[in-house]
Parts: sequence; structure tokens; C-alpha cells
Amino acid sequence: MTTRRDFIRASAVGAAASAAGIAVPASFAETAATAAPAGVKWSKAPCRFCGTGCGVQVAVQDNRVVATHGDADAEVNRGLNCVKGYFLSKIMYGNDRLTTPLLRKKDGQFAKDGDFEPVSWDEAFDVMAAQFKRVLKAKGGTGIGMAGSGQWTVWEGYAANKLMKAGFRSNHIDPNARHCMASAVTGFMRTFGMDEPMGCYDDFEAADAFVLWGSNMAEMHPILWTRVTDRRLSHDHVKVAVLSTFEHRSFDLADIPIIFKPQTDLAILNYIANHIIQSGKVNEDFVRKHVSFKRGNDDIGYGLRPDNPLELKAKNSKDPTGSTPIDFDAFKAFVEPYTLDYAAELSGVEKGWLKHLAELYADPKVKVMSLWTMGFNQHTRGTWANNMVYNIHLLTGKIATPGNSPFSLTGQPSACGTAREVGTFSHRLPADLVVTNPEHRRHAEEIWKLPDGLIVDKVGYHIVEQNRMLKDGKLNAYWVMANNNMQAAANLENEGYPGYRNPDNFIVVSDPYPTVTAQAADLILPTAMWVEKEGAYGNAERRTQFWHQLVKAPGEARSDLWQLMEFSKRFTTDECWPADLLAANPGYKGKTLFEVLYRNGKVDRFAPGEVEAGYANDEAAAFGFYPQKGLFEEYAEFGRGHGHDLAPFDEYHKARGLRWPVVNGKETRWRYKEGSDPYVKPGADWQFYGNKDGRAVIWALPYEPPAESPDADYDLWLATGRVLEHWHSGSMTMRVPELYKAFPSAVVFMNPDDAKARGLKRGDEVKVISRRGEMRSRVETRGRNRVPVGLVFVPWFDAAQLINKTTLDATCPISKQTDFKKCAVKVVMA
Amino acid sequence: MRRAATLLALIVAMGLAACGSKHEETPRKAPDAPVVITAAGQIDGLRRGVPIDKEASPLPMARVENFDRIRPVNYEMQPPTIPHAIDNYQLTVNTNRCMLCHTRSAAKKFQAPPVSDAHYLTRDGKILEQISSRRYFCVQCHVVQTDAEPLVANRYEGLNTTLAKEEKQ
Repeated sequence: MTTRRDFIRASAVGAAASAAGIAVPASFAETAATAAPAGVKWSKAPCRFCGTGCGVQVAVQDNRVVATHGDADAEVNRGLNCVKGYFLSKIMYGNDRLTTPLLRKKDGQFAKDGDFEPVSWDEAFDVMAAQFKRVLKAKGGTGIGMAGSGQWTVWEGYAANKLMKAGFRSNHIDPNARHCMASAVTGFMRTFGMDEPMGCYDDFEAADAFVLWGSNMAEMHPILWTRVTDRRLSHDHVKVAVLSTFEHRSFDLADIPIIFKPQTDLAILNYIANHIIQSGKVNEDFVRKHVSFKRGNDDIGYGLRPDNPLELKAKNSKDPTGSTPIDFDAFKAFVEPYTLDYAAELSGVEKGWLKHLAELYADPKVKVMSLWTMGFNQHTRGTWANNMVYNIHLLTGKIATPGNSPFSLTGQPSACGTAREVGTFSHRLPADLVVTNPEHRRHAEEIWKLPDGLIVDKVGYHIVEQNRMLKDGKLNAYWVMANNNMQAAANLENEGYPGYRNPDNFIVVSDPYPTVTAQAADLILPTAMWVEKEGAYGNAERRTQFWHQLVKAPGEARSDLWQLMEFSKRFTTDECWPADLLAANPGYKGKTLFEVLYRNGKVDRFAPGEVEAGYANDEAAAFGFYPQKGLFEEYAEFGRGHGHDLAPFDEYHKARGLRWPVVNGKETRWRYKEGSDPYVKPGADWQFYGNKDGRAVIWALPYEPPAESPDADYDLWLATGRVLEHWHSGSMTMRVPELYKAFPSAVVFMNPDDAKARGLKRGDEVKVISRRGEMRSRVETRGRNRVPVGLVFVPWFDAAQLINKTTLDATCPISKQTDFKKCAVKVVMA
Repeated sequence: MRRAATLLALIVAMGLAACGSKHEETPRKAPDAPVVITAAGQIDGLRRGVPIDKEASPLPMARVENFDRIRPVNYEMQPPTIPHAIDNYQLTVNTNRCMLCHTRSAAKKFQAPPVSDAHYLTRDGKILEQISSRRYFCVQCHVVQTDAEPLVANRYEGLNTTLAKEEKQ
């Protein structure tokens, strides 16, 4: 029998290679043992880009990545990549890679208004430490902050969390993942009491219907889209519903295409719940045994600054998370006004489509997978939207069994693995623990072998608040790692840039490339990326994936992990912790943060010799121990036995990822369901054990209007987002020639009628203007997105066209995630 | 057909050019700042030297290269870029305009490269007669190229270049 690999080897490789006129290695996707050309070694790694977590094979020759392929053995993608993945080989080789620290200087000294000059790591850390100590002395840890990342490796996020929350005693650490899935997190916590999806990607091959709620998977999760496409095209009964505020590529596969007016997805969700109840399709047995009901506080504001009129006006802006218990009848009465007529009127969607959609959920024979990303999460009612989609899955009991799957997709490669599981949010500790719970803090202090009372009990500044606090001068020493928040955050000119350039503040940006954020900094630290270091990511289906360091970083570039640990050597506990705490715990006096955080007998317990033979590890060489393994094993203590079990470190270097909880060597595909989740008590059938009563919560929540809507002055909706070829802010993909040339500049996707009404035609230079700022772009009336009259779509990848100068920094008041999909702008000829 | 279509496109393009600026859809106005290929050490290549608090005039809208000349790939299994325009190509559940020419059976007739054999495998590795439905949406992997000049050069060196060097030694 010909195996798949043999087949490809014999035919596809030959065909592709001969077309390209290049030599064919005997094997293209094999490990080192069978690699053909001399000096070429193939190793596995997860893709560097989105939260899908595709496996790739990386070919290294002469300390350079020379090729990448989809990994045929990776369960997620079985050999496929999207166009970005196929060009991974080039992301590290942009000509402007940062290879030395750069500091703003004048006359040989650091100066806020100076120009960037190359400096040594010693000088960089000397100046940086002096600045951090200035702030520590004046304000303590509360003047120090860090913007982290869903692109941090697991141990980098974990090391950063320790440095900030325990070392500097500051909870002002928050990942850019706040912008992409905080609403998913709060949605999970409110409904299930535990973060992350119950299902997994295996649901793609089991579902009868797919519903995309504000997700353009065709461009943003292309490999998962191939699994939806495969299922839809090879099974006639399968249906795909796509909901969005404009038509995009995912509509190419839609059986039920729905364009709704911005924000009215909330009304559609309640209509579906109402339809399920009114048509007698509630799974009563499931609801009776496994569900409880709550009514959430309404009129909760928009997460703007507290003195904003919208916040002052809102009844519950100070208590957005409040709730009262109700019963099924009260819920039934609550959703009753959301009739088909009302939902159609509000959303502008034809009744036939809405009814068809509701029937998918109501029909007990149809296994439904709901999928969402930024349409739901970047929403001033994002937490609610998440809660409300769970409502309809819970009413019908369509959950946690193959194909019945409300599934929150993630945008970053380790939004789940690092931001969420490691708990790098300003309110979190690892494994869903929170800083406001004294038992949780104590538990963390015990695992970290640190004194009782060290961790601060107050939630720190979230990433949107960090920009505000930098501007207000409350946050003065700020380290930005593995993100491009100047380009990514909303309201750049009023809330982003002023804080970075505030003379009271010292801003450090660690990045492989000179991003917009780096340009706004005072000190830029050159950073190793992807396979230049040993790493671990956690994808959207709870799959933890490891890779080895495969090449050396260029010049003086160092990994985030090295930077964090090395910088910690420059601080003593006496400089960072209160005197009474040290007096009560004299054993910690006079120690460096490096000693108490990383030389603690746990993180440093594995020797460099334990690094797998044949692979370098620059951090192990630098520190004299294997920090990735030590950090991972210490971190894993938080989750083992608590539903977040991780396998032993070495297992992940062998497997193509494992989905937690990994219990007795076995991964878990469907949580909360007896038979597939070892944590469910025998006989329980389903058990939502994140909540003490084992029940998931159905939430009664209303439709409420957005923070800002078009009016006479600013007459268009602005939605921002991405394109297939570029990943997020484009700092990697804009430097890959093929990806750049495929989509070189941002454009304003506009309806031809809107263009005509403004005297504009395709290609015209325009200004997009909001109440907060303006940017220049060009009109696109064709192409991949077809927007309705009254709405424009602008992607945000282009550093030269900063659309976030116009966006509004309104957030979901519960999740603090910005709504990047709705604000009011006008578009005029430039 | 492909050639005919190209010829037609060429004629149309010439016609448009002859009509002058009235039909010019992609203005070629010079940007505020010069376009530079970034040298190592320059930190604002993508913004073409324009400060964060200023907005540059956007680059002219790039045109899709429409030459039908197959571009080389860097290594096997890297999807070739599309060397022609795909405006108005229908790609829906019922229609796949790309496969009209690129399917194995039609490729020769239209002088188009057939899709590689890997496209005929299912997720589970079974060989199919027809292209696998997981490969249905071509543009997830194959993209057009515009005439935009990259703002930042890339120093990637492929396997072959490196091998060639070794052979010389």
C-alpha cells in the first residue's frame, strides 16, 4: 500500500520541483534522520501566526531556515498551510531586523527627545534599570507596567508574570490578547466558571451545520476553513451560515448568508433562544439537570474613561458584572419580545434567513458548530454575545459532544496557551486563578516559594487602561513585549501616542522588527523570534505545542525570556518589596529578583544537558540551567489535578501537541462530558465542574445600542479587521515580498453607491475622519469584500495607514476588550 | 482561451490608457515621502520615514501583474503565486473558475499548469479522482502579485542557493 507520504514524495514533490526547476531532496517532510541533502535538518514547529496552531516542518541548513512545509503528521492541518504559513521561511529575514539595542540619546546620554543610537545590552539595561528604579522609589510597583502578548511562548509569559506580579509587585501586566479574546474569556467564566472551549477541532468532521458569528474564517483561519469546506462539500446535508456586517470571502460557502446591522447580533441571538422555546425545542431534560439561569445587569456603559458622558449616564457602569438568579420561566419571558418581526426589523435581515438559522439550532437532529472571533469579541457587549451563543447551545443541549460545539476561535498563536492559561492578564494568575482571591494568591506564592502577602490584591491596569494611565502620568516605566500596541490599540492620537511621549515616562519595546510601537519608544530591544528560541504555544483547541531552537538569532538579538531573566538580576528584593514584608521573611533580604524568581530551586533544577541532543538552547547556555523546562514544570503545578493538567515537558517535544487536560497520558477532546472527560463524575452525564453546582449558566441579557453610531456629521460605520495575506499589524508579513506584493497597502472598502455619492472612484485618495483623528487611504470598490451602503471596512495591517487614529476606545465593560468593529467616520476626497 | 483573455485584457488596457486620465483608476500621484528599500539600521521603512503623528499620502494603488509567466518557487510544496489577474473569478460552492483551466484534465488544453497531485488527497490520505474539497478555495494558498515594490528587502536564502554554494566549494 502506498502511504500518503510516499505518494506525495513520488508525485507532488517531483511535479512542483520540476516546475520550479530545482533539485529535489529525497524527503521533504522528514526528521533529521532521513533528511537528504547534506546539512539539512527538518524539525517540527507550530506556525508563528494565528491561533489555529498548524504544524509545520522547518528545514534548517547552515544556521538558516531554508524551507517550511505543512506537517503531514500534524492533526490540526494534515500537511496544509495557508499562504502565510507557506512563506514562514522568510519572516525572520526582513532586512531591517533589529540586531542591537537602540536608545534615544543626546550628547552621549539618554534623552527622551533624542535620536535612536545603537548601544550595548549593558548600557541598555543600565539605563532601563535606573529608570525603573526611579519609578519604584517614587511610586513602588504601581508605577511599572508591561504590555505582553498572545505571541509570547508559554514560559516567556510565565516568567514575565512572575517578574511583574511577584518581583515588581505590579499587576499592571496585560497581554495584547485583551484586544482579541478577553470577551471570550469572560464569556466562558460567566457561563462555565472555567476558561476555554469544551470541544475541539474534531468537531469539524462531525457537525451538520456551521454558523459563523462575526468570523471571516476563509481569510483569518484558512486551515480550519478547509475543514469546514471539506465537510460541507463532501456531505450534501451540511449547511453553512455566515453572519457579518459585510460580505466577505466566507460567504462563498454560505447556504445561509446574513448581513446584519452592526450590534444587532444580540437581538438575533435572543430571537433564536425565543424561537427554540416557542417551538417547543428546549431539551428539557438537559436544562433541568445541567443548567441554571441568571439575569445580568443591563445598561453597563461602554468601558470609556469614567468621566465620559456615556459612562456617567449608564445605570450599571460601576457594576457591569452583577447578576440575579432567575428561573426558566423568567428567562422565557425575558426573550419573548425578541420575535422574528422584531429581530428582522432591528437587524435588517430577511425573515426567511433568520428563521432558517434558528431552525438549525432548534432541530434536535442537527449537530451545530458555532464559530466566532472578533465580530463577537470586539464588541461593546462582547461578553454578552459569548454568553448568548452558549444560551442557545445550552437550551438545546448541543454541547460538548462531537459536532455540537460552541467554539471560540483565537487570533494569536498562544492567546490560549500564554495569555489565558498562564494568566498574564491584569486580574489573573495561572490556571484561571485571580489576584483578588486570597486563597489563589497564597497558592501562587506557595508554588513560587515566595512570602505570604507578596502578590498585590488589586486588579491591575488592563491594556486599554495602560495607555490612559501612561498619558495621565500614573504609569511611568513601561515594557512592551511581543506586540505592536501603538498600531493595534484604538484612539492612537489621543490615548496611545501621548502616553509614550509623556516626558515622565520611560518606554521600552522588545521586538524583532522596528514596529510603529518601537518607533514611539525610548529604548528598543532586539528580540529573537519563533525558531530562534525554544518555545511552546497553546492553540484554540487547548493543544499545547513545543518546538526547539533551530537557528541562532541575528546579531545581539535575544529572546524575551533571556531579557526578562537577565533584567531581573539588576534588582534586589529590598528595592522592590516593602520593608515589613522582608523583616517578616528575612531569608529573602538582599537577594536579587533573579535569585528569588528563577534561581528558586525549581526553575533552575534541570541542567543544560537535558536539552535534546542536536538542538541548541541559548538561554540554557547563558544561565547554566534549562529555564524553559524548569519554568514549564513549575507552571504545570498550578493545573495538575485541577482540570488543567499538562503532560510532562519532554512529551511535548515528541507529540504534535496535546490537548489539556492530559490525564494519565491521555488528552481530552470533549470536556464536561462523561466518557470523554475524566473529570466528570460517573453517572453525571454532563458536568460543568467549573461552577460549584456543576451547572452552566443561561444568561438573560438584552439588546443594547453601540457606543457610537453614524449620524449627520460622521455618516458611515467603520469596521476594521484583517486580510488573509497579513497577520495582525503586518510586522512579519509586510516583510515577506510575496505577501507584501499580494496586498501591499490598506484600502477603504466602500460600496460603489457610497463612493459615487461622494464623487469618489476606485483608487482615489481619501481621508477617513472620525471625532478622534484621521488617516489617508485609497478607495476600493471591488475586490474580496463587498460592503453594504453605509459601512466601510479598513484593514489595520498597514503601518503607513494607521486606521486606529480614527477608532474609538470603547470596550466591553466586563471584558475590557475594545470594539474595533463599530464607530462613526466620514470619508472625503483627500 | 487564456491567451485570448490576456490579449483582450491588453487591448482593453491600451484602450483605457489611450482615453487618458478620465479612466485612470490607479492614480500615480507621488507620495509625500520617497519610497526606499530599507537599509539595515533604518527603523521606519514601512512608514517611509513619515512620523507616527503624521499621515503620508498612500502609495498608488498597485496593479495586479498579469503576464501569465510562471514565477519560480523557493522550494517544493510552496504554492506558486498566480501570474494573472483573477478579477471577477467566481469561486462559490457551485463554481470554481480556477479549476476550469487548472484541473488535470483541462490544463493541457488551456496551457495552464495543472494543480499538483497533493491536491487529490483527502485529509485521511485517500487518493481521489477529483480535487479534494479541502483544497477547493484556491486563494487560501495561491495569491496574485501586484507591481508594488517591497518597502523592506528580505534576505531569505533558499535551500538551493545554499546548496549551489556548497557545490562550488
